[in-house]
Amino acid sequence: MKGWMGKFRALGIFGFLMLVLTGCGKENLSALTPKGYGSKAALNLINISLGVMIFVFIVVMVIYAIVIVRFRKKKGREDYIPPQTEGNKALEVIWTVIPIILLVIIAIPTVAITFDLADESAADESLNVNVTGNQFWWHFNYEGQEIQTSQDLYIPTGEKVYLNMKTSDVLHSFWVPALSGKMDLHPENENTMYIQADEEGVYDGKCAEFCGTSHSLMDFKVIAVSPEEFDQWVEDMQNVDPEAQPETADAQEGQQLFQDNSCIGCHAIGASPAATGPNLTNFGDRTTLAGVNEHTKDNIVDWIMDPESMKPGNKMADANYDVSREEAEKIADYLLQLQPSDITPESAETNE
Amino acid sequence: MSDQTLNPETMPEQPERATLEGKNKFLGFWFFLGGETVLFASLFGTYLALRNSTNDGPGSEELFGLELVFVMTMLLLTSSLTSVYAMYHMKNNSFGKMQLWLGVTVLLGLGFLGCELFEFYHYIHGEGFTLRSSAFGSAFYTLVGFHGGHVTFGLLWIIALMVRNAKRGLNLYNAPKFYIASLYWHFIDVVWVFIFTVVYLMGVI
Amino acid sequence: MSTAVAQKKGFGAFIWDYLTTVDHKKIAHLYLVAGGLFFLVGGLEALMIRIQLIKPDNDFVSAGFYNELLTMHGTTMIFLAAMPLIFAILNAVVPLQIGARDVAFPFLNSLGFWLFLFGGLILNCGWFLGGAPDAGWTAYAPLSAVSPGHGVDFYVLGLQISGAGTLIGGINFLVTIINMRAPGMTYMRMPLFTWTALVTSTLILFAFPALTVGLFLLMFDRLFGAGFFNASMGGNSVIWEHLFWIFGHPEVYILILPAFGVFSDVLSTFSKKRLFGYTAMVFATTLIGFLGFMVWAHHMFATGLGPAANSIFAIATMAIAVPTGIKIFNWLFTLWGGTITINSAMLWALGFIPSFTIGGTTGVMLAAAAADYQYHDTYFVVAHFHYVIVGGVVFGLFAAMHYWWPKMFGKILNETLGQITFWTFFAGFHLTFFIQHFLGLMGMPRRYWTFLPGQHLDTGNLVSSIGAFFMAFGAIVFVINVIYTSVKAPKVSGDPWDGRTLEWSIPSPPPHYNFKQTPLVRGLDPLWIEKMEGRKGITPAEPLDDIHMPNPSILPFIMSLGLFIAGFGFIYQVDNLSYLWLVILGMGITLGCMLTRSVKDDLGHHIHKEDLEEEGAEQ
Repeated sequence: MKGWMGKFRALGIFGFLMLVLTGCGKENLSALTPKGYGSKAALNLINISLGVMIFVFIVVMVIYAIVIVRFRKKKGREDYIPPQTEGNKALEVIWTVIPIILLVIIAIPTVAITFDLADESAADESLNVNVTGNQFWWHFNYEGQEIQTSQDLYIPTGEKVYLNMKTSDVLHSFWVPALSGKMDLHPENENTMYIQADEEGVYDGKCAEFCGTSHSLMDFKVIAVSPEEFDQWVEDMQNVDPEAQPETADAQEGQQLFQDNSCIGCHAIGASPAATGPNLTNFGDRTTLAGVNEHTKDNIVDWIMDPESMKPGNKMADANYDVSREEAEKIADYLLQLQPSDITPESAETNE
Repeated sequence: MSDQTLNPETMPEQPERATLEGKNKFLGFWFFLGGETVLFASLFGTYLALRNSTNDGPGSEELFGLELVFVMTMLLLTSSLTSVYAMYHMKNNSFGKMQLWLGVTVLLGLGFLGCELFEFYHYIHGEGFTLRSSAFGSAFYTLVGFHGGHVTFGLLWIIALMVRNAKRGLNLYNAPKFYIASLYWHFIDVVWVFIFTVVYLMGVI
Repeated sequence: MSTAVAQKKGFGAFIWDYLTTVDHKKIAHLYLVAGGLFFLVGGLEALMIRIQLIKPDNDFVSAGFYNELLTMHGTTMIFLAAMPLIFAILNAVVPLQIGARDVAFPFLNSLGFWLFLFGGLILNCGWFLGGAPDAGWTAYAPLSAVSPGHGVDFYVLGLQISGAGTLIGGINFLVTIINMRAPGMTYMRMPLFTWTALVTSTLILFAFPALTVGLFLLMFDRLFGAGFFNASMGGNSVIWEHLFWIFGHPEVYILILPAFGVFSDVLSTFSKKRLFGYTAMVFATTLIGFLGFMVWAHHMFATGLGPAANSIFAIATMAIAVPTGIKIFNWLFTLWGGTITINSAMLWALGFIPSFTIGGTTGVMLAAAAADYQYHDTYFVVAHFHYVIVGGVVFGLFAAMHYWWPKMFGKILNETLGQITFWTFFAGFHLTFFIQHFLGLMGMPRRYWTFLPGQHLDTGNLVSSIGAFFMAFGAIVFVINVIYTSVKAPKVSGDPWDGRTLEWSIPSPPPHYNFKQTPLVRGLDPLWIEKMEGRKGITPAEPLDDIHMPNPSILPFIMSLGLFIAGFGFIYQVDNLSYLWLVILGMGITLGCMLTRSVKDDLGHHIHKEDLEEEGAEQ
């Protein structure tokens, strides 16, 4: 008996220790450190239901412990035959009615928050972004703004941004745990959700619907900046000159190579809505390469030379281009200087 | 024992359920039809979801004519009735008449199947409407084709029973077999009524 | 022919005996062996998943192979391990518990097994033929429809064939329980395990056809160019989600209800008490079965069905917690006031209660739609359903095996090894899955091949992987236990546990006709009643007479083999139309068998009264 309870307790303590060690997860990624409207609402609901459920668990475990301690077969009474109780109506009623009450306590906020998070009444006067999921990258088209970006979604803090989401291939799911719950992207119908960041920051986003080989590498960023900075960013992005001449010679050559190898056929620079591959307008401002790799020149060159090794199953591996490593370096130089705006992920992180 | 052909004295009131095997078959087959109901319900649901997804190909209004479908409905409804006659004669232990009416049922069923094949042939070669035309095409051929498959299987089944037992008459071993085959036939008929309504009537209106 | 003659046959005859058997007890052995092997395969896949996730940025397996592993782990464990192991227990126990000599459809019973086995083989053929299925066990379209290669085709055809077997098995048990009960065995006197078998069979009957249709649609899309899930043809990917979960949610209850039945019988036997609140337990079982069909869309909260639908399905889902809670409390009060013996079977039952309570409570948390937007498709969900399916179903299967092993094989599994298995598996299970709740909320979606360093996910994943090794150790010890027991353990009597229900009133293992004389049932726990009144066994309901038994048949095996061949034809006709001959050959074999079955009378055979009397004298 001691062994039984002892082992169980040890397990509990161990589990608790693990929790303390790992904390609540990474800031701006974890749903346990909410920074947005949706994630705070969800955490409230999680806490309500968790509270009720811990209560239920404790009740069960108390009865369980009593039963196991008190009613073990005892030495000298091996032949004892306990009374064959059929049941107890009063008890049955109790453990039917009390759970119903507990569930109502959870159900009411559930319905309220579910409707609140689906509220689309403010969609018309808010910023709308059309989100397209692709294997294995994200595209963002700012509705009515002539702005296209990929992988990095810039939003202003303190207001609802509506996302109208669709996929170009298989199902994906848009999830920025620290800001909001997730929603799936379907090929035939548009799904709408809103996100709202209460604080500036660079938030990690992930694809949460199994979408193939590089499902786990389909990360993106949501960059929440102050409304003023956001306006500045919008203006900068709208004034991008896609054909602007880079300053260094290497980058200029890179630009030429970029065109000669028809990179531009898939990767738009500027507000062209075509998006066979990620839009590279503000590529130089990104903090990650392909969502998960460090944004260094070496990595970019590696990517150009062999995209498959960094993101298995991505479509660039099938693209028809032939560049040498030196040429790839020049292309990288060109891409890295595509920094059309002073508003970058850094401005979200420094302006605390 | 159960080999023996039934005569009026040994004839129980419900020969299909006079033995435990018969009872089991009877109940089991009803359950099977319950499962079949879910199967067709799922197909109907799919069809209803996709019936307007014609992908700029032909839609139900252009394709469907009610004349042929009406004839098909009559054929199948009548065949259901004739299979009732067959079961009526089974319970009266008139094996010959049962076989006769089952034969009529089979002929009507063949007529239905012929019409359906003609209809599909017409859609495919006349209208260029196939399984691959659109999601609507896929849903149409799957739903109606599943039903057609059931009709084919039912016909083969009834024919096999008729041929197998032609010489030895009715007994408590084969009575349940005849009975559940006729149950199956009724089920097919009921499904067709829904297809007629949901696919053709709703498609034309 | 008597059983003594059968035992003297050679190995070939032994194999032939199992290939043709229609005896539910031998079919139980077949299910047990096949399900057990698939369980080990699925476990191996799980271990490889956990090794891959033991540290960030790991490359133990490639991304593509990982996706095959996770798909096959889920599919194998649900369809090829849990389902057949449950069918093993149902076959071994249900006819005995209701006092029947066989099931209603012995031929179909055998057919159901062979269909499952050949379906399972098709599924696993992918490993050797260019890639296993890789679209997840849920095979969401359009990923499953466009996944290159033949992987998903093996999934579609394999599940279609094994699903047909399951459906047949379900109908068989429904009719068996309704029509074949011994005199006096009214519905409200059936042991709870039989009750759960009845409800589970009903769920199989109404749930599996939805999967059948879903698989057909996917098959037509992949193999014949249909456009059900192809958006450019007007298709709709949500149809798959609906069909899959209309099947998939009841499937969870198909798995868990028999486990509930096992625990009810085990807890009652080893606390020497009648099941507390039997009527409430029966009511709760049927209510869970019924509600199980009303809640499928809670798997689709993130699909975008709208707040109204999400709220309705949220509340319906929460409602299931009520009958489940009733069950937990009735189990606790079955123990209350009893005299509890703790052995391996009971340990699994006692370990189940806290584990499943955790799984159930996280289930309610998941039902809260707006909160589920965070949990959905993360490791929180992975943790939840492993708590339910491992903590419920697998614990239940272990309990059932320890409890009924003596009935099935006449030997009690070794107690020491049984306890080692329990403690390592139990500790490993909580170690593996408890932490995953937090991993999910900390931002780890499920089905991730790898995770990045610096996201505070390292420790949790490491702990989880360590736990998996403990579980593997426990499972291996169980296999050793089985071998050890069959070699070393002594034979036991028909009633080693002081049992309460009919199966303990006959020898272990039972003779192939089960009951020499059909028993007369005089109440709930019929054997217990007789014991309390000082009798040794059950009062018979009839005088000793000839017993009618069904004949063995090879047809189920050949029929399933035909579908197996046709399955390959369907898969490969995409590459080369001449493979259609394989379809025709396979379907021809199957239909030919059906025709043979239909026209060839199979009237069974009789065991004569004199032989039975002789056997009685021998015992």
